Amino acid sequence: MTQAPLVQVEGLVKRFPGERALFGLGRARRTVHAVDGVSFAIAAGQTLGLVGESGCGKSTVGRTILRLIEPDAGRVTLGGADVVALRGHELRALRRRMQIVFQDPYGSLNPRMTVRQTLAEPLAIHRLATGAEAKRRGAALLEEVGLDPAYAAAYPHELSGGQRQRVGIARALSVEPQFLVLDEPVSALDVSVQAQVLNLLADLQRKRRLTYLFIAHDLAVVKHIADDVAVMYLGKIVERAPATGLYAGPRHPYTTSLLSAVPVPDPKAQRQRIVLQGEVPSPAAPPAGCPFNPRCPHPKKNDRCRTEPPALREVAPGQFAACHFAEEPM
Amino acid sequence: MTEPLLRVRDLKTYFVTEHGSGTARAVDGVSFDVYPGETLGVVGESGCGKTVTSLSILRLIPEPPGHIRPGSFIEFEGRNLLTLAPKELRAVRGNRIAMIFQEPMSSLNPVFTVGYQVAEAAIVHQGLSRRAARARAIEMLTLVGIPDPGERVDHYPHQMSGGMRQRVMIAMALICHPQLLIADEPTTALDVTIQAQILELLDRLQRELGMAVMLITHDLGVVAGSADRVVVMYAGQVVEQAPTAELFARPLHPYTEGLLASVPRLDTRVSQVRGRLHSIPGQVPAATAWPAGCRFHPRCRYAWDRCAMEEPPLLDSAGSEAGTHTVRCWLLTEPQRRDRHA
Repeated sequence: MTQAPLVQVEGLVKRFPGERALFGLGRARRTVHAVDGVSFAIAAGQTLGLVGESGCGKSTVGRTILRLIEPDAGRVTLGGADVVALRGHELRALRRRMQIVFQDPYGSLNPRMTVRQTLAEPLAIHRLATGAEAKRRGAALLEEVGLDPAYAAAYPHELSGGQRQRVGIARALSVEPQFLVLDEPVSALDVSVQAQVLNLLADLQRKRRLTYLFIAHDLAVVKHIADDVAVMYLGKIVERAPATGLYAGPRHPYTTSLLSAVPVPDPKAQRQRIVLQGEVPSPAAPPAGCPFNPRCPHPKKNDRCRTEPPALREVAPGQFAACHFAEEPM
Repeated sequence: MTEPLLRVRDLKTYFVTEHGSGTARAVDGVSFDVYPGETLGVVGESGCGKTVTSLSILRLIPEPPGHIRPGSFIEFEGRNLLTLAPKELRAVRGNRIAMIFQEPMSSLNPVFTVGYQVAEAAIVHQGLSRRAARARAIEMLTLVGIPDPGERVDHYPHQMSGGMRQRVMIAMALICHPQLLIADEPTTALDVTIQAQILELLDRLQRELGMAVMLITHDLGVVAGSADRVVVMYAGQVVEQAPTAELFARPLHPYTEGLLASVPRLDTRVSQVRGRLHSIPGQVPAATAWPAGCRFHPRCRYAWDRCAMEEPPLLDSAGSEAGTHTVRCWLLTEPQRRDRHA
């Protein structure tokens, strides 16, 4: 990759203040470090898969990049423009270039708006088209996402889950963005429909030269769509690598365990399954040292893991891992 | 051959829809057996009728709007569950047959301690005293791997994580040592590392307690790792049924074949998987208007005129013992049509 990255994120931090117990009267709880120093870059036309379990901070990363949530620290640039510093109409202009597709197509479409109105709204907000022109563009978008333009008059409740997600994608595309955050876009869909939507996303990317941040918990889905993969745990990236390297030879024990926990649809697969003990600790009280150390199954785990947080470092060309034993993967 | 523990024959569960727009034939003539000690996987996508089938077995279908049609038959331990008196049925539910659900938060009562909820079935079915029930609850929480069971027994569901709540559900279901456990998407709401823990736990408990498990899931990976036999459902019917290894090695129904091909897989190299996934065109039809003929024919790449007109019965696959691998597809009568597409 020689071209300059389209999206660049450096040292992104988002803290949520702990809520007070007893209806706001009790002692303040500890601050939650939802995102704790996350950095990555995505080249134009490429896909970065951001993977992790519930509560690891992956969705917060996506929303903070778009400034749907304000970051506490860090730098985000889109094609050189500083996303964090912009205000007012400059920010609005930038927002045209970056859009989001949400997991839940039921919750993210307004039930009182027809598909046509849903698609026309962003065009009106960004003053791109109104009236007959908006209608024409809406119909073209529906066609592009594989929906019959007759659905323009339908309300969300009249559509299936897969159709709703296609509308969600069409809405994001209506303002002709360069960069899309896809936040678990297929996890609410049935397998056969999931495949249709993944194929659609791949086609749109090729045709419109889109850049994707694909947020997911499913490593098998990410394998199909991502060029690079970053694995998050407790607000930090613990491994980041080109997809080929990460799936063939994971360096962080958490990545290895996650990969081994995914059920494979082959009864003959004789896999060494690592069943991690315990659960993800609270991000309000992360463990000292390596955040993964209490659950880590690495045979060499020692006192250093319990005291010294490992830095994310390059252990193979392009492959970064935050583990003291990344040179001796499991 | 051993006698089946559960025998379901021609089960039809219909719902009258709200707007009077017709009858939803959610389960429409389903037959299968569950043998003692085995795991039967029931696979299908949303709306295929897998959950309604499991609720019908325990007669948990709300009537109205639902009703189980006359002619349906569900035999468990030699008795037809569909004709049991309410009192006799209660002696089966939660005792001989237990069930766990997908969403452990909404299936637990937020105002009772988990200890009470785990022990409730034992109090009702075995008449345990409060003290004995508490001891049994602690024993069960230990069995399902909950740390500090002596303390956790007094906790409320909201104080527990999703994985811990699912363990509580399992403890609740198993306290009376049921012969059959119906697990409806037991790991769907859980993270993958927690899913692995729960699947391993179910596996161990099944071996230790010798019960049969009916595992209902949309995840072919979960089925591949856990089930002995698999039933594939589509549009309210069983479309294919086979031993697990056989089904994955030789899927014969075009729907099963398409479903297997559309799963993104980890066990292939990145260079092979980049590009298009196989997908089944179209979408599942509505239960109020199943297509005529074979219900899959509008989405099937092999379909010909017969498929649109005549509904196929479950046919035995060539080369396997009668009844072990059955498929609801006309291709079995004209296998050369499949080769033409290869």
